[in-house]
Amino acid sequence: MIHQYKLNGYNIVIDTASGAVHSVDDVAYDAISMFENSTREEITDALLKKYSDEPDVTREEINDLLDDIQYLKDEKKLFTKDIYEGQAFNLKMHNPVVKALCLHVSHACNLNCEYCFAAQGKYHGQSALMSFEVGKQALDFLIANSGTRTNLEVDFFGGEPLLNFDVVKQLVEYARSVEKDHGKNFRFTLTTNGVLIDDDVIDFCNKECHNVVLSLDGRKEIHDAKRPTPSGGGSYDLILPKFRKLVEARDGKGYYMRGTFTHANTDFTNDIFHMADLGFTELSMEPVVCKPEEPYALTEEDLPVLLEQYEILAKEMIRRRKAGNGFTFYHYMIDLKAGPCIYKRISGCGSGTEYMAVTPTGDLYPCHQFVGDKNYLMGNVFDGVTNEDIRSQFAACNVYSREECKNCWARLYCSGGCAANSYHATGSINGVYKYGCELFKKRMECAIMMEVAKEDE
Amino acid sequence: MKKTNRIKTIETRDLSKSGCGECQTSCQSACKTSCVANQKCENK
Repeated sequence: MIHQYKLNGYNIVIDTASGAVHSVDDVAYDAISMFENSTREEITDALLKKYSDEPDVTREEINDLLDDIQYLKDEKKLFTKDIYEGQAFNLKMHNPVVKALCLHVSHACNLNCEYCFAAQGKYHGQSALMSFEVGKQALDFLIANSGTRTNLEVDFFGGEPLLNFDVVKQLVEYARSVEKDHGKNFRFTLTTNGVLIDDDVIDFCNKECHNVVLSLDGRKEIHDAKRPTPSGGGSYDLILPKFRKLVEARDGKGYYMRGTFTHANTDFTNDIFHMADLGFTELSMEPVVCKPEEPYALTEEDLPVLLEQYEILAKEMIRRRKAGNGFTFYHYMIDLKAGPCIYKRISGCGSGTEYMAVTPTGDLYPCHQFVGDKNYLMGNVFDGVTNEDIRSQFAACNVYSREECKNCWARLYCSGGCAANSYHATGSINGVYKYGCELFKKRMECAIMMEVAKEDE
Repeated sequence: MKKTNRIKTIETRDLSKSGCGECQTSCQSACKTSCVANQKCENK
């Protein structure tokens, strides 16, 4: 299977199963599109007719071009057969290790964000803070269930995790005290709204956090409208100086400014450019996840606007990169030469198997977006995974468990996408969140185009 | 070898020639909502 598209002056051909990417001229683009369903004679006649005013498009040249296409096919770089489906099923069941936890150290928040999927941080339950004892047990659970994995990841999440900062520090101290004895390497990340960032937090993050995710929605009026304080005031002016200080102290690395866009700002590239103009260079901007009846939900009418926005973003990023003031966008950071292996691409994010969320009381869920849904309660950190059926469901959930995905060119880039999005959109983790698919495919087209453009620079 | 200059092949990882499991879990990176293409291989 191949995927062909034209973007920003480039003709691009992606070979789905091998991952090969080709930048081709118009004649080759047309020849490749006909190659599998026409004879050489039919292709030659069609191209000679279409390019009759181009003297270098001769019968001999087309013959050589068709030889090139056949050569790439023989080299398994075009029209490559997908041989992975048989390896996909039970892949994760053969090696059920846990290597990452999302620690909900706080089910409370000091902002009142309109679109919060976690219901203002409380996940439709009561406010709660995780005790050190529960957190310690979670880390012990992770170590005990991580098999031969060396790198273990813990994200301090909420709610707002800095409302429980003392426990966060104690848990990191505990993890550091035991990791070497167990042959492990903990990598901590922190997701924060920034309100409680101070010098102590900055020092801690710089010493212990592999990555820090900072919530900022872009322009002040956009951010303040969606991320107010409990009293209704804006939070932009409160958090921006703190974010700048933290990022500066980290030498501009190991962080992401992470925004959410909604129906209110379908021109979200302006929010990304705003953050870039503020001096932030590591940027992420995500579509809101919510029920379709919410006033801020993205609509079908928004979709073509959003797709165009991703193209605008890619072109502007290329322009700024050439001008020497580039920035990164999380979804465009693909590495064609050293990206994930085929096993990672088949098995996806690992939710419910390698990755779980832990509530303040120690309950285990497949990921942070399932927390509070008792249908997906997997167990707890004291007794371990007691509902193996849920783990089995997630282990079997991969790109080949969805019929629609089997025929999608982007399947080995998205790995079937987000199980939570599928569940919330269709009622099944094996469903397909088609709106998300369209956004993802456009992001991949843009990201790959940017890599092709780099080759030209 | 290709005979024409009409197709430029970009260097990519051959997916058929690989998991160690040490790469970062996608959801721990940045987005938390719309997640593997942009993950890094730890072993290359």
